[in-house]
Amino acid sequence: MTFLSQVLAILWKDIRCELRSKQTWTSMGLFALLVLVIFNFAFDLRVDNKAAIAPGAMWVAFVFASLLGLGRTIASEQEKGSMDRLMLCPVDRKAIYLAKLLGNMLFIGVVEVVALPIFAALFNVPFFTGELLPIVLLGTLGIATIGTLFSAIAAATQAREVLLPILVFPLIVPVVIGAVRATGTLMVPSINEPPWLGLMAAFDVIFLSVSMLMFEYVIEE
Amino acid sequence: MALVKREATVERRKAKVGTKQQEIRFPVVSVILGILSLIGMMVSIWMIFLYAPTDAIQGEPQRIFYFHVPMAWLGMLGFVIVAFAGIGYLVKKDERWDWAARASAELGAFFITLALITGSIWGKTIWGTWWTWDARLTTTLILWFIYIGYLMLRSYMGRTPASARAGAVLAIIGIIDLPIIYESVNWWRTLHPPAQVGVQDALPPSVVLTLMVSLTTFTLLYSFLMIQLYQLQRAQTLAQQLRSSIE
Repeated sequence: MTFLSQVLAILWKDIRCELRSKQTWTSMGLFALLVLVIFNFAFDLRVDNKAAIAPGAMWVAFVFASLLGLGRTIASEQEKGSMDRLMLCPVDRKAIYLAKLLGNMLFIGVVEVVALPIFAALFNVPFFTGELLPIVLLGTLGIATIGTLFSAIAAATQAREVLLPILVFPLIVPVVIGAVRATGTLMVPSINEPPWLGLMAAFDVIFLSVSMLMFEYVIEE
Repeated sequence: MALVKREATVERRKAKVGTKQQEIRFPVVSVILGILSLIGMMVSIWMIFLYAPTDAIQGEPQRIFYFHVPMAWLGMLGFVIVAFAGIGYLVKKDERWDWAARASAELGAFFITLALITGSIWGKTIWGTWWTWDARLTTTLILWFIYIGYLMLRSYMGRTPASARAGAVLAIIGIIDLPIIYESVNWWRTLHPPAQVGVQDALPPSVVLTLMVSLTTFTLLYSFLMIQLYQLQRAQTLAQQLRSSIE
């Protein structure tokens, strides 16, 4: 089996598991929508402050929902006892990491695809431009890269639900700032805006490579 | 059979601990560092409050800067040492690297907390606000969060090799992330006064001298405490091994 087919095999396993239980998708999606509703009350959204608050509200909803799904990545394997079997597979640890990362990207992506139109309707903002696609893609990749690595670390402890956000939130600050500002620039175009997309791309490339190297130390028994 | 095996391990551990105890010498380096940092502390306090001139614009509150800068420096140095000890542990698989990482994390977290507090006090008198979302302040706060996350992770996972590896990974990711966090917040907004040491004629020589003496003293204090905490980590590990051999 080549590296790519190993990755795809593990990814397909995760997708089939999720399609049968539908636990992660439903809870993540509902959670993202609830955050949007809560934000509507918390900030009293009106026409004049919409442009300032909407990008932040959207990304907070995405980040919180992502963390919910990321926490399940390795933990669900451990609960079923299938983690040991996955480790016994004659595959590179990098393939396991990459498959888990792609799975998380896919889960978060589905939630975003469902949440974005509802978000645009609820907040009455035009978010159906093609320019949003690279922002969402790079932002999600950044969150998932760090999140997948640390979900493996947090899964080894008793307090994984508490520990995962505490470890992940400080580290993904650049992605959150970049994604919020880039989305804000889409709504209200401004000049002299720093290259946020470049920042997110650099963050993703750096941490994707570092995480792939580090993952084997994290899950080693 | 199991009992015999367990007794054998206890014997072996006793023997190991016995040889370790014989190795303990009079801690020369630690005592010298302790005395040096004590003398340095006296000299620094004299220099900070009597020798250094009062700032023309900021007045007396500026003197907290001689404490704030060394504390912030040690907070950052502490994390660099945690990360390098983490790399050392991942490469060598030697527990001693991990003791150094833990010791440095505890010290660094302590100093970065003091740096945040002294900085806030200074900010309240000079800027008129306790806090601003400036690049250096925000990065320091995030470093503080990473430190706390590190310490929480280590205490949740206990003294296992898995815990040491997880801590090393967190520290390495953190040390790579911090410059990116700094740059991203810098692009976002900034207000902190830029560093004026090394700029020609920006500061009178007595101020630079006081700052250098203060920095040296605090670094000596850090090295002294580092040795103490390292020994404490070692003693705790030995105590835990003994306890697990009895249970």
